[in-house]
Amino acid sequence: MMLKQNLRTMWKFKALYLIALPGIAYFILFKYVPLMGSVIAFQNYNIFHGVTGSSWVGLAHFEKMFSYPEFIRILKNTLLINLYDILFAFTAPIVLALMLNEVRKVVAKRLIQTIVYMPHFLSWVIISGIFIGVLSPSSGLINNFIQSLGYEPIYFLGDDSYIRSIIVGSGIWRDTGWGTIIYLAALAGINPALYEAADVDGANHWQKMWNITLPCLLPTITILFLLQIGNFLDFGFERVYVFLNPLNRVNGEIFDTYIYQVGLLQNQFSYTTAIGIFKSIVGLVLLVGANWLSRRATGNSLY
Amino acid sequence: MPLKESPSRKAFLKINLGILIIFSLIMLLPFLHVLAQSFSSSGAIDRGEVIFWPVELTFANYNYVFQDMSIWRAFGVTVFITIVGTIFNLIATATLAYPLSRQEFIGRKFLLFMVLFTMIFSAPLIPTYLLVQKLGMLNSLSALIIPTAISAFNFFVMRSFFLNIPQELIDSSRIDGCGELRILFQIVLPLSKPALATLGIFYAVFHWNTYFNALMYIENRRLYPLQVKLREMIVDDSLVADPTSDVFTTMLSTSPEGIKMATIIVATIPILMVYPFLQRFFIKGFLLGSMKD
Repeated sequence: MMLKQNLRTMWKFKALYLIALPGIAYFILFKYVPLMGSVIAFQNYNIFHGVTGSSWVGLAHFEKMFSYPEFIRILKNTLLINLYDILFAFTAPIVLALMLNEVRKVVAKRLIQTIVYMPHFLSWVIISGIFIGVLSPSSGLINNFIQSLGYEPIYFLGDDSYIRSIIVGSGIWRDTGWGTIIYLAALAGINPALYEAADVDGANHWQKMWNITLPCLLPTITILFLLQIGNFLDFGFERVYVFLNPLNRVNGEIFDTYIYQVGLLQNQFSYTTAIGIFKSIVGLVLLVGANWLSRRATGNSLY
Repeated sequence: MPLKESPSRKAFLKINLGILIIFSLIMLLPFLHVLAQSFSSSGAIDRGEVIFWPVELTFANYNYVFQDMSIWRAFGVTVFITIVGTIFNLIATATLAYPLSRQEFIGRKFLLFMVLFTMIFSAPLIPTYLLVQKLGMLNSLSALIIPTAISAFNFFVMRSFFLNIPQELIDSSRIDGCGELRILFQIVLPLSKPALATLGIFYAVFHWNTYFNALMYIENRRLYPLQVKLREMIVDDSLVADPTSDVFTTMLSTSPEGIKMATIIVATIPILMVYPFLQRFFIKGFLLGSMKD
């Protein structure tokens, strides 16, 4: 009965299904077919034999992965860069939004916002160009300053020890201002009556911040934090790749750049797909774990 | 009644503003440095004299950039994929978001979940590449347009916008004999101009900045978009030990450093010109996207 009714409604609105068809086909073809194509991680994929004709090797590529010293190094890089990013790049917009919120002069506030949002629209290629210029040992701004203090110039991008800081730092430079938008909206939504009541009770500005502003921001912070965790390990190819060179690769290479380098340029399709699967599963576990933790601790969760 | 502010509060506000101004300068100064170098002579740059103001003012770097046909070509490719790609994105996104925003669409929960799932578990790189290869799109601009037809995030933004269009309006159009396609294109979309503009800008910036996909899918140098061309110049010229760079420098009386900086400025200017509009639309879209249904 139900089914018949449903079918009748579907027939009546068949045009809606026809309109949706290309979009559905897009998601199946470009998102789900590659997802299923991941089975090549369990094969010795051969271009000429394709997914159906290649030989199955079980977990051999996963075993190979864990036995590679290079894999451990890249895992470490990926985890460290993400950890630094969460520690610094995630907290920076919260602090900046709180500071911006204290600015009472409307014109000054607008101007500062306009300036700090700006780098977000530049591509990573341009960002890397600017950073390479500013950090250049012979002509860059930073080394000019270092030399004027009487020290030797530093070749920042030619040295393993700076690459992670550069990757995280350039991310902060590009996106901190942008990240404040959602916090500023949340701050604007706080009920002023709360502050008035606190004034009557004689609270000072710091007490108001600790007891009203931050608790009101907490749901927003939690949600954005969970989203960030969801993208853990999915750091983004471009923002790392544009800074890598043979001199700093050892500490800078992450899964995404490694998959491109070894997978596409050296045709190791099956092995790097195994790495991709590993990456996705770890990311999913982290997300589910963080979501569970957050629901127990703060009552906020993504789902 | 406004209370009189205490001296410590006043001091705090001043220090706060001071720190914010320093932070803004950190955003701006690298631009000024790049801009100054792009207008400076190779000698001045090499001696490290250029900070925020051009030294030995020259336009040679820009002359070089504007005479390089391959930069113009890359610029053209990028303009093409930005325009065609954005229009394609908007049509593809709207035609999926509209049916899935209607109550009458049975099975929309399942399809919505299907889209959401791709945001959590994205398609892996290598199988996606193999698919694009199999479809014969390698080395063609369609590889930069078709595989990125719909962004799941933008899809949800557009859908939540469509949800706010009153059902009565749709129903009355149906009674008047409008087909669903006509409702979408003549009633829903004209009412959704703010959403279309916002998402259009999201998509346009994405295409303008596209780099990785082009790196993967495009080998033919004639089809390189601007970002790939730019990256090539930045990397080629930044190599300190490049033996050809000396010849290059004396021959053109420009420096690789200066050319690099001029190219960065040329590629940044279009974005900075539309930036005031971008900022407004982006913030709107960002907040719209963060709302729950």
